[in-house]
Amino acid sequence: MDSRNRHNRMILALLAFLLPLGVLLSLTLGRYSLSVGEVARILSGKILAVEKTWPPMAENILWQVRLPRILAAVLVGAALSVSGAAYQSAFHNPMAAPDVLGASSGAGFGAALAILLGKGSFAVMAAAFLGGLACVTLALLAARFSRADRVLSLILSGILAGSLFQAGTSYLKLIADPRNTLPEITYWLMGSLSGVKTEELRLLVLPLLLGFVPIFLLRWRMNLLSLGDVEARSLGVNPARVRIALIACSTLLTAASVALCGVVGWVGLVVPHLARRLVGNDARALLPASFLLGGLFLLLVDDLARSLYTTELPLGILTAVIGAPFFLLLLSRRGGAV
Amino acid sequence: MTAIEVQNLRFAYRAGAPVLAGLDFSIGEGENVFLLGPNGAGKTTLLRCLLGQRGYTGSIRLVGEEVRTLSARELAQRVAYIPQTGESAFDYCVRDMVLMGAGVGRPWLAGPGRAEERAAAEAMERLGIANLAARGFQQLSGGERQLVLVARALAQQAKILLMDEPAASLDFGNRLRVMAEISKLSSEGYTVLQSSHDPDDALRYADRVLVLSGGRAICGAPREIITDELLERLYGVAVRVETLSDGRAVCVPYFPSTP
Repeated sequence: MDSRNRHNRMILALLAFLLPLGVLLSLTLGRYSLSVGEVARILSGKILAVEKTWPPMAENILWQVRLPRILAAVLVGAALSVSGAAYQSAFHNPMAAPDVLGASSGAGFGAALAILLGKGSFAVMAAAFLGGLACVTLALLAARFSRADRVLSLILSGILAGSLFQAGTSYLKLIADPRNTLPEITYWLMGSLSGVKTEELRLLVLPLLLGFVPIFLLRWRMNLLSLGDVEARSLGVNPARVRIALIACSTLLTAASVALCGVVGWVGLVVPHLARRLVGNDARALLPASFLLGGLFLLLVDDLARSLYTTELPLGILTAVIGAPFFLLLLSRRGGAV
Repeated sequence: MTAIEVQNLRFAYRAGAPVLAGLDFSIGEGENVFLLGPNGAGKTTLLRCLLGQRGYTGSIRLVGEEVRTLSARELAQRVAYIPQTGESAFDYCVRDMVLMGAGVGRPWLAGPGRAEERAAAEAMERLGIANLAARGFQQLSGGERQLVLVARALAQQAKILLMDEPAASLDFGNRLRVMAEISKLSSEGYTVLQSSHDPDDALRYADRVLVLSGGRAICGAPREIITDELLERLYGVAVRVETLSDGRAVCVPYFPSTP
């Protein structure tokens, strides 16, 4: 056990302590005021025999409104950060983000189409999820035609597929009714967690697990992959196979996140880099750190989104406003282990 | 015992323009062989073929086994590759870099365990870089990086080492140190094939020299292969191979024309 491992364990333990603490504090936030003590009592009332001293209203708000939303923020933040870290290794490129293959653009198109057709929230979710998968599939197929370097052709065909779907979204906005569907599409595209329901969250458990588990199992191969294909192969890894597995899992995570809360940029780029600064680039520490930090980050951003003004701010706007200067700070302090 | 046996090896990126047009050579266990040839002669391509990363025709046998029949993992257990610089998108500490070699035999999803940690530590000890373990690879000097990459290859437990111009970007002292380490490894039983642009190094350190030119290969003892005519033909410059009073040979250029 050396000092670096000890340092990383301490950081991870700290994050693992801060995340539930953040969840607890966030549960108290909102127009209906609840104290930490009340929240703790209501939560423990589910399992323990605690005397009900709180009004049923408080219990409803906590279980039906705040908890699903807060869990969604944590899961989406974690999913986008982990998929960002995985994409960065898969493409050995520090600028890769979860939407590099167009997962967000495709999901945006799917959601816009479902909203335009007047479908309910479940249909919008399903359409967003399928749209994200479709766009990434298109990018992967397009990359097969390219004669350029494999990684470069993937990135280029991601741009290609993404801009096709964005064009589609623009067209849908053009023909959408400016009184109701257009604002709804626009709002959706900026991302929001308001009104997330437990049932919606439940639907995403499977895709999220299918995304998270293989990425965590592949964490050591991820390290090798970021050395580049020639070296990775000479070290016994089949780079194409590991890359496609990472892409598939990251796409599941991204599509599921976007389906739940719309397009939230920056998280998948900024958080993995912050995690790299804290624990280094070894994926064995980087992935758990990205998971915890991503959850914490989006939780805080969502807290701001719902408490800064009387009307909610879209998440995408806040993540960009917070993310951009933060990223600049990271860039300016480059060096050391990153 | 033959470590590498190549028969009628052919490879072309485009039909009709072969890079390797029928190579035949063999390298014995424990030999330190220099791979010479001008830019574009196919040195890197040959190394990639030996690593199983190019679809060649003909035959390449590593200790008796045909390369194209081996999986990436089986290949990694037999042959290690030492790149010129080891560029990586992200910086890893030296210990992790070396550990990446030690884990090659592990099952698909498993990371390195205690045995691998030990193998990595031994490899670093052996090359005298244990003190660098916690440093970032990209913060190291060229010579230190090269030693780390060699340590990674040793941790890999493969007995054949393929090196892509290991001395190319090193200063004079580091170059001598790295070359001495490599010679030591070959005397300990490792088979080394290193590409190089320096016939002087080949004269000084090589057991044998493999020259690639026009898609063909010639192979032999350094003093027999490296001659004025060969150097003129390979590199298009006038060079004389002179013998020093102590019997060592050096290349003296006469190009453009020494006053």
